[in-house]
Amino acid sequence: MSNGKSILVDTSLCTACRGCQVACKQWNNLPGTKTKQVGTYQNPQDLSSDTWKVVRFADGKKEDGKPYWYFFSEMCRHCIMPPCKLSIDMTVKDAVIQDEATGAVVYTEKTKKMPFKDVMCPYSIPRQNPKTKVLAKCTMCFDRIKNGMIPACVKSCPTSAMVFGDRNEILDMAKKRVADLKKTYPKAMAINPDDVRVIFIVTDDPNKYWKFAAGG
Amino acid sequence: MTNHWIDIQHSDVILIQGSNAAENHPISFKWVMRAREKGAKLIHVDPRFTRTSSKADFYAPLRSGTDIAFLGGMIKYIIENNKYFKDYVVNYTNASFLVNDKFDFNDGLFSGYDAGTRKYDKATWTIKKDAKGIAEKDPTLQDPRCVFQLLKKHYSRYDMETVSKITGTPVKDLQTVYEMYSSTGVPDRAGTVMYALGQTQHTSAVQNIRTLCMVQLLLGNIGICGGGVNAMRGEPNVQGSTDFAILSGYLPGYLAAPRASLPTLDDYVKKNTPKTSDPRSANWWQNYPKYATSLLKAWYGDNAKKDNDFGYSWVPKLDDGQDANILMMIDSMYEKKIKGLVCIAQNPACSLPNSNKVREGLSNLDWMVHVNIFNNETASFWKGPGIDPKKVKTEVFLLPAAASIEKQGSVANSGRWVQWKYEAAKAPGDCIYTGDIVVRIVSKLKELYKKDKKAAFPDPIMNLKWDYTDDKGRFDPVKVAKTTNGYFLEDLTIGDKTYKKGDNVPSFAMLQADGRTSSGCWISCGSFAQDGTNLMQRRKKDDPTGLGLYPQWSWAWPVNRRIIYNRASVDLNGKPYNPKRALLAWVDGKWVGDVPDGPWPPMADLEKGKYPFIMKPDGVSSLFGPGLGDGPFPEHYEPLEGPMEKNFLSSQLKNPVMKIFSGPCDKFSGCDPKYPFVMTTYSSTEHWCTGALTRWQSWLTEAQPQVYVEISEELAQLRGIKNGDKVKVESVRGSLPCVAMVTTRFRPFNCGGQTIHQVGMTYNYGWLFPEDCGDSCNQLTPTAGDANTGTPEYKAFMVNVSKV
Repeated sequence: MSNGKSILVDTSLCTACRGCQVACKQWNNLPGTKTKQVGTYQNPQDLSSDTWKVVRFADGKKEDGKPYWYFFSEMCRHCIMPPCKLSIDMTVKDAVIQDEATGAVVYTEKTKKMPFKDVMCPYSIPRQNPKTKVLAKCTMCFDRIKNGMIPACVKSCPTSAMVFGDRNEILDMAKKRVADLKKTYPKAMAINPDDVRVIFIVTDDPNKYWKFAAGG
Repeated sequence: MTNHWIDIQHSDVILIQGSNAAENHPISFKWVMRAREKGAKLIHVDPRFTRTSSKADFYAPLRSGTDIAFLGGMIKYIIENNKYFKDYVVNYTNASFLVNDKFDFNDGLFSGYDAGTRKYDKATWTIKKDAKGIAEKDPTLQDPRCVFQLLKKHYSRYDMETVSKITGTPVKDLQTVYEMYSSTGVPDRAGTVMYALGQTQHTSAVQNIRTLCMVQLLLGNIGICGGGVNAMRGEPNVQGSTDFAILSGYLPGYLAAPRASLPTLDDYVKKNTPKTSDPRSANWWQNYPKYATSLLKAWYGDNAKKDNDFGYSWVPKLDDGQDANILMMIDSMYEKKIKGLVCIAQNPACSLPNSNKVREGLSNLDWMVHVNIFNNETASFWKGPGIDPKKVKTEVFLLPAAASIEKQGSVANSGRWVQWKYEAAKAPGDCIYTGDIVVRIVSKLKELYKKDKKAAFPDPIMNLKWDYTDDKGRFDPVKVAKTTNGYFLEDLTIGDKTYKKGDNVPSFAMLQADGRTSSGCWISCGSFAQDGTNLMQRRKKDDPTGLGLYPQWSWAWPVNRRIIYNRASVDLNGKPYNPKRALLAWVDGKWVGDVPDGPWPPMADLEKGKYPFIMKPDGVSSLFGPGLGDGPFPEHYEPLEGPMEKNFLSSQLKNPVMKIFSGPCDKFSGCDPKYPFVMTTYSSTEHWCTGALTRWQSWLTEAQPQVYVEISEELAQLRGIKNGDKVKVESVRGSLPCVAMVTTRFRPFNCGGQTIHQVGMTYNYGWLFPEDCGDSCNQLTPTAGDANTGTPEYKAFMVNVSKV
């Protein structure tokens, strides 16, 4: 039986080129927003109803005094049991679709009736369009998937840090990859692989990447 | 690149020095990461911890402008710890050659220096020859006058303590890099070097790259799978632009630009055709006259005849000693010696150093024709900041051009693959191919010269063969490409094969010096088959060697060879040094694998075997390289503007032969407390060069909106600057407001007890658009260039940073 689809995001291969961030906007017709340089490569500063994918940059010093720079290509995790859907379902029926074939969690226009403060997400992903009040986030490009294409972000990735495929295969791939990485990076781990469809692999404490990397 | 992109995956150790490949060549990291997954180690050496460093197994910081010291230390380490690949060094380099007894090096200067002219007389930089004219050698490498011993002596001064005082790299980091990288000096391991503008934009740029080459030669890493010296070219077709002589000293195919003292074709080819007396040296450049004549035939067609020197007198000549590089061009503009400029697809008002001088130079022109897909700071210089349009007389014509994806034609990538592409979309509105613009201008010139009976020297224009249009009068890229490849101009029999007049020449081996062939760029000869099939269009994925050479995908110069100097990957009997990655092997009397660097049998055949480095007159690669202006061995000198009062290796502080500009705009600061910090400039992933194309793209300006300066936490504390503060960056030439990015990724250097702060900026911005993005950091950079090529020193100069 099909177990739906998954995306693997191996941050150890990510060079933060932000091809995925741009590809997401291109496919989904999202505008470039007006930003300012505030002292970081990360821009936009956060997700918004116009930004569904953002590469987060985190720099600091390792124990030996040398720098580190971690990249976290943030997107909706498409949870197996999505808390956002559960919380929205309680107020507005059928506002969130969980696509059967892929498992993609997709918001509809009906989400505008949902009080934003009551939307639950451990990863702090959903955002509200300030004008229309419709909730917005990544759709896993399920419109592309239905037409035999892979998600735009995955397609753009030059280093294969992002891989899309059948969930069972991706879970296997994640396991192997983590085992391999552990030889060099003892803290290597996949983040909540059993709970989410978008599985991030990190080589250090997830909190060093982003405070909600492993859920809040 | 000696190798090609896909080949990076075969490396065991990858040294990225002078390149931020992950950010500026993102696709290269597909192959870097693949190599790492197979167990390769990645080393990054750079002043700043970048997205490249973040993926490295080992990162070592070095102060901008000290690469030769760093790599000189590596040469010492390799030699003294016996890490070099002895067979390779003895057989395939000039290590064993004996050097002229009068050649000398003393306190930073080689023999023959004239301080008055700032030039060397290179008479003593020669190899001893025997009575037959063949190099004298000591294959035991023991003779004190052999290249190997002189090399060893030269770099014996580069001990790790001294190197560390210069580069600011901790000794233990030097030790780690040297150990990791020199582990590839064995037959079954490969090390590759990836470099870019971080090596080339220095006053010692060519010598930086030579030092990298020497490291690679000592380790036997050139000509092999997974090895090489690999330049990450700066844009998709920059390889093509240098192949076609974008640099002032060249004609297409890296032929030399003619000089005024060479009035005849015979003088020209005699001067530029190297000779050898060694029968085992192929000395490929002996074919120079064939390439020169074929080029003239391509340009002037039937008008080029034997009795008029094939039109050689129509080719513009440089004066003797004249350097016409881009810094000199701007200087001449500034001095009002140049009246008009055709500027195609460039943004010099932002991209060239000392941009205030550039902008003033542009305002001295009578006219400028600017061809681009967008308006930019160059086309609009006359209304830029601080310029009063009423006072600018320059008339500017902005011609709208088709973008690269709107054009059919060839693109040569860094790996020398020339790929044919199609129009992905029609160009909008009045935008046309740049080729069409050139065709129309030249056709008009021909018409005007024809009408004007008093026109001075019409010959070069009137005699130009000009048949590059299709039946509708439009520029035809296929016709240009075929001319570039070349034709047989008469029926010709070579060996047992006959070629018909009008056939394409299928290889430069068939080009002739007598006018019976044409070729607009000899290295492109073979991109079309004899029957006119365009091999650049090939898209077959066959991979017979399993090494990712893909010989039927596009076409690579020369003659579809994917890794050059590949006969250095085998031993004297033609056996691959590394059987796991056999690039080439001599099997049953023929070469199997990549297209070999020449058909000759292995070197063990004393009669027919030839040395592998066929482009060198001696047939071997040059550890001792007398060709450059600033010395046969690279020597460390400080950048033109640097923080050091002395050079820890000699009393010669700066490169002794670089040109020093002295106009009113050309101010330089030494160890001036007003400008105490080292600055380096670079690009980012999100923008392309000066941003002239990318700043119009809202998804990219969203990601990198404004000019910023990256500074260390220590420097921020020193200057009371917080992350995101508005600051002013100043050099002796200019000043620029921007945003401070305070980061752990820059750290102060300890150079012999002196704390040196380094900062960095991208050159991705300009005043035109978006309005709040800031201006070019090239207002700060010096008019200073490499001693050999004039490539500007964007990577190391002095600034101050203060809070506003």
